[in-house]
Amino acid sequence: MSPRILAATTGRILRQLRHDRRTVALLVVVPALLLTLVNFMYADQPTPPGRPSMFDRVALVLLGVFPFVIMFLVTSIAMLRERTSGTLERLLTTPLGRLDLLFGYGIAFGVAAAGQAAIAAAVAYWVFGLSTAGSSALVIGIAVVNAVLGVALGLFCSAFARTEFQAVQFMPVVVIPQLLLCGLFVARDEMAGWLQAVSYALPLSYAVEALQEVGAHADPTGTMWRDLGVVAGAVVLALVLAAATLRRRSG
Amino acid sequence: MDHAIAVHDLVVERGRRRVLHGVSCAVPRGSVTGLLGPSGSGKTTLMRAVVGVQTVRSGSVTVLGRPAGAASLRSRVGYLTQAPSVYADLTVRENARYFAVLQGRGRAEADRAVADVGLAEAAGQLVGTLSGGQRSRASLACALVGEPELIVLDEPTVGQDPVLRADLWARFHALAATGTTLLVSSHVMDEAARCDRLLLIREGRLIADDTPDAVRAAAGVDDLDEAFLRLIRAGGTVGGTGGSADPPRGATRPGDAAGGRS
Repeated sequence: MSPRILAATTGRILRQLRHDRRTVALLVVVPALLLTLVNFMYADQPTPPGRPSMFDRVALVLLGVFPFVIMFLVTSIAMLRERTSGTLERLLTTPLGRLDLLFGYGIAFGVAAAGQAAIAAAVAYWVFGLSTAGSSALVIGIAVVNAVLGVALGLFCSAFARTEFQAVQFMPVVVIPQLLLCGLFVARDEMAGWLQAVSYALPLSYAVEALQEVGAHADPTGTMWRDLGVVAGAVVLALVLAAATLRRRSG
Repeated sequence: MDHAIAVHDLVVERGRRRVLHGVSCAVPRGSVTGLLGPSGSGKTTLMRAVVGVQTVRSGSVTVLGRPAGAASLRSRVGYLTQAPSVYADLTVRENARYFAVLQGRGRAEADRAVADVGLAEAAGQLVGTLSGGQRSRASLACALVGEPELIVLDEPTVGQDPVLRADLWARFHALAATGTTLLVSSHVMDEAARCDRLLLIREGRLIADDTPDAVRAAAGVDDLDEAFLRLIRAGGTVGGTGGSADPPRGATRPGDAAGGRS
């Protein structure tokens, strides 16, 4: 790995994003619109005594999950383009290291996700009065780690798609089961034993638990740090797997 | 002779199909060598083997004294893929600057490479908005930007107008005059005459490895197109790496079509 090449690669990916103004606009506007939708959905729902309101529960999880989903999609398409346009083959004939490329994507889209999460959080807290016991900075931080998880999984999954049609179909495969089992719809300890086991094997479950910890406790808890550690471990694992799919030689 | 590329008995299979059948050839340093043949003849596969991205079945490829694909070669070899491999959502300049950094060069070198392929005026334009010919020149700029010792160009002049083509060939020869080695593929025979040496390839077998003049002499015609046809019909091989022409030999065993090792 070379810091110079990593910096140039990160800059190149951000520059590509910047030239695509509509994508930037969508990244900024869509989470805010969805939060608005959620706000109206739960406007008349009674809040059970002693529990956070439905909006608080759902919006908090949405803030963390949205960057994961979007960055997974954006990365799988971007990496698939590198593979199909020949730029990847060309890059691999240059002194660029595989980790320069993978970390470049992780950092560039992590930065984009940080911007997205900050704007979405601002809307949730200031416009819709989201309240969490813990700090909003932690919520944004967890959102960014989730986004990097999405990037890492996207880099890995793009190796199994030959077309963009195939690539987008990995989204439901990778994202929806994690979303269903993460404890948002049914609390994890109320699920059947085997579903609980599956849920414990999926990184998004830990990300959502970390967010819920921030929602319920004023100070960062040990559970939250452990959960973040698990998500970070999943990022490293996905990056290692992605590196294994980048072969300098092919048939 | 000091060779930039030495290929020995190279066999490549893609899927179940054998694409190169024991090719042997050598490319001298500081020259422009043309790799010619119809499409599907194995030109791109041979070039990919030279830059070290092709999985090979057997045989060896030595580039600048190292096995092809060695890490130390990555800053010494430039590669232009057949389809323009540049980022469509970046400007020409941004592309060139990115590939310049990968090769340890700066902005000045990047801007010069863009100017060298005649895109100075379009430097600020997104590659996606360029014409096909401009786009492939943008890709070429990114291959030249590191001033590599060996430049492997897969059909660099496709879609270029005649004036630009002449400019590009003049540029290639200027580079060769400074000691750079160029391997340039083409399926257009009129470009063959512009090369110092020719490698003619057909159906994965080398059928000539010589200077254009020697190929003409061997086939007994002035027109290289016609000469190529005759060589194919004769089913033979000509020449060696030494530069003098041998007459075409009719009875060459399949698998020994490499020539040059008589």
